[in-house]
Amino acid sequence: MHATANASRKVSCKPSRLSRHISSALRVRRRALPLSAALLGTLLSAGVAQADISDDTVKIGYLADMSGTYRDLAGPGGLDALKMAVEDFGGSVNGKPIEVLSADDRNSADVGANTVRGWIDQQNIDMVGGLVASSVSIAVTRILAEQDTLGIVSGSAASSITNEHCTPNHIHWVYDTYPLANGTAKAIVDEGGDSWFLLTADYAFGHALEGDVEKVVTENGGTIVGKIRHPFPTSDFSSYILQAQGSGAKIVGLANAGSDTVNALTTASQFGLVQSGQSLAGLLIFLNDVHALGLNVAQGLQLTTGWYWDLNEETRAWSQRYYERNERMPTMVQAGIYSSTLHYLNAVAATDSDDTATVRAKMGETPVNDMFAKNGIIRADGRMVHDMYLVKVKSPSESTGEWDVYDVIRTIPGQEAYRPLADSQCALVKGQG
Amino acid sequence: MTMIFGIPLMVLFGQLMLGLINGAFYALLSLGLAVIFGLLRIINFAHGAQYMLGAFAALLGAQYLGLNYWAALILVPLVVGALGIVVERLLLRRIQHLDHLYGLLLTFGLALIFEGTLVNLFGVSGSSYPIPEALSGGFKLGFMFLPTYRAWVLVAALVVCFAVWFLIERTRLGAYLRAGTENPELVQAFGINVPLMVSLTYGLGVALAAFAGVLAAPLYPVSPTMGSNLLIVVFAVVVIGGMGSILGAILTGLAMGVIEGLTKVFYPEAANTVIFVVMVMVLMLRPAGLFGKEA
Repeated sequence: MHATANASRKVSCKPSRLSRHISSALRVRRRALPLSAALLGTLLSAGVAQADISDDTVKIGYLADMSGTYRDLAGPGGLDALKMAVEDFGGSVNGKPIEVLSADDRNSADVGANTVRGWIDQQNIDMVGGLVASSVSIAVTRILAEQDTLGIVSGSAASSITNEHCTPNHIHWVYDTYPLANGTAKAIVDEGGDSWFLLTADYAFGHALEGDVEKVVTENGGTIVGKIRHPFPTSDFSSYILQAQGSGAKIVGLANAGSDTVNALTTASQFGLVQSGQSLAGLLIFLNDVHALGLNVAQGLQLTTGWYWDLNEETRAWSQRYYERNERMPTMVQAGIYSSTLHYLNAVAATDSDDTATVRAKMGETPVNDMFAKNGIIRADGRMVHDMYLVKVKSPSESTGEWDVYDVIRTIPGQEAYRPLADSQCALVKGQG
Repeated sequence: MTMIFGIPLMVLFGQLMLGLINGAFYALLSLGLAVIFGLLRIINFAHGAQYMLGAFAALLGAQYLGLNYWAALILVPLVVGALGIVVERLLLRRIQHLDHLYGLLLTFGLALIFEGTLVNLFGVSGSSYPIPEALSGGFKLGFMFLPTYRAWVLVAALVVCFAVWFLIERTRLGAYLRAGTENPELVQAFGINVPLMVSLTYGLGVALAAFAGVLAAPLYPVSPTMGSNLLIVVFAVVVIGGMGSILGAILTGLAMGVIEGLTKVFYPEAANTVIFVVMVMVLMLRPAGLFGKEA
């Protein structure tokens, strides 16, 4: 895998640098174009809006893990959600066709970055969506900022994406580690779960989540009695679960994701962790994880999610359409991809432009109101702030079907859920509060 | 309470027990690999995928055919083993006279095809397989709560390991097998059908992987990638034990399970690495492995 990535980088190195120069030169001209066009327009007093959709196509690139660990939370289903948005929009913007490209980043920042460079250099792409593994998203958004192209991150967890890694060119749509810790950990401490033992995946995302959770727990009067950093990925958690049982903590918090969380929960249920008086807190759990665990194992678990298919009439109607195409209910990430693409296309249509700054400004001005979010606001740091949901996994007897798995306990208002701008490290908003 | 290196003795007992259970599992998987390599000189990179197929067959059998756990434990190894025989007859046989590397590439390619197909059909999240009624619950051992199913895995894996060792090292059939790999022409001259024995041996190795898969199904989520995560560790076990040594694979499997288990207590960050550290040391000091015969 590494060999291929290296080879392709070698091959593409020279021409890509050259073409980047050319394309950035062209881009300057392209950006100057609306100005001169507007000037000309005023001079002629024609009063007709000048179309500025580059090469008469709106090109959207979908980059995600299509075959690895994170496939089921975004993957091919996310691509279909994006296509649904394009179809619902009518397949064209103001008469200009919409084209969708897609690629598998194989969870490698290298592969992702090279793909996006290629899209920008050779395809003149207008927006990159999907973006799942946090490492890939951070690498890609850096390139998007350099090359002045828009990115919408839907799958990643790291809150740093709109904190120290913020750029004017990308938006983080669905969730991040801040509301996950804030929502789940705070609710549990408030209910009396004040001593915690943390199982953390030993890499950047796990450390970030661990830090956020520790902060929330201690700030609310709880204590961290122990923690273990386990290798990523781990299949056998029995040893760690036994250590957690020995710790005497009331809550065993899982600062990991995907198969690690699923394995830890399965093992905990086999070792009778809950029966011996402890509770589990999963901090990042997707619908597909709960589905994989089964309700017997997952029941009673509290978690925070950005969206759920069974919230209201609107979400149910959209999810039903999605289900008919994909034979699975959509995750919050897949729904977010639909919502963000639609919001983007609306902004392109309203401004009749695919210029990054113009579209980004329009997206920021317009509240997000669709089946995914109500009155969602895109802040200057790129964070799309919307309500989050604290949910509890149903027991098998409460569930009426394969995908009927959550009870919504509390709606967490967006303003309360996400990191306040006053605490932001983002250079775009620092000091503005 | 007695403490060892700051860890209460009771906790250590629990961890040793878990290490032994994981070790028995490693032993079962490396045994299949060792049988295939020791007797056929094929580096079976599809072993992880065949283990995964075992787990999947149990899951799908339960979902679509109502196959219960005990039936799956017997039928699934037979079915997956038969698939192994087909692979041996159609593909591996054609390259048996070539370098080991070709067998490795062929089986690796097969593993990717099996995995990719199942990822496409079922996704990567996997599904859970219920623990059979008779084996649910657990014992309180004083130092830990031991789930009955894990105790069963330990017993079943050790019994099967012993049976396979006995079959190959102590029976007439095993003697034919070993002779057949030493000198196929001569053994054939005695009227023994060597190609058939080669097919059956590969089938046996694959069946062992599938058996391990069925044992694992209630423990871990059944997903198409479950095998590839495990395969590298199991290969390391076989290398440490000495490629092709059957007893070596079993004993090393148990030992590595325990070493890994202790690492998870003292320095969890290194839990995935410790087996490879041992492998490096063994290769430097005893390149043929702890129980290997050839230099």
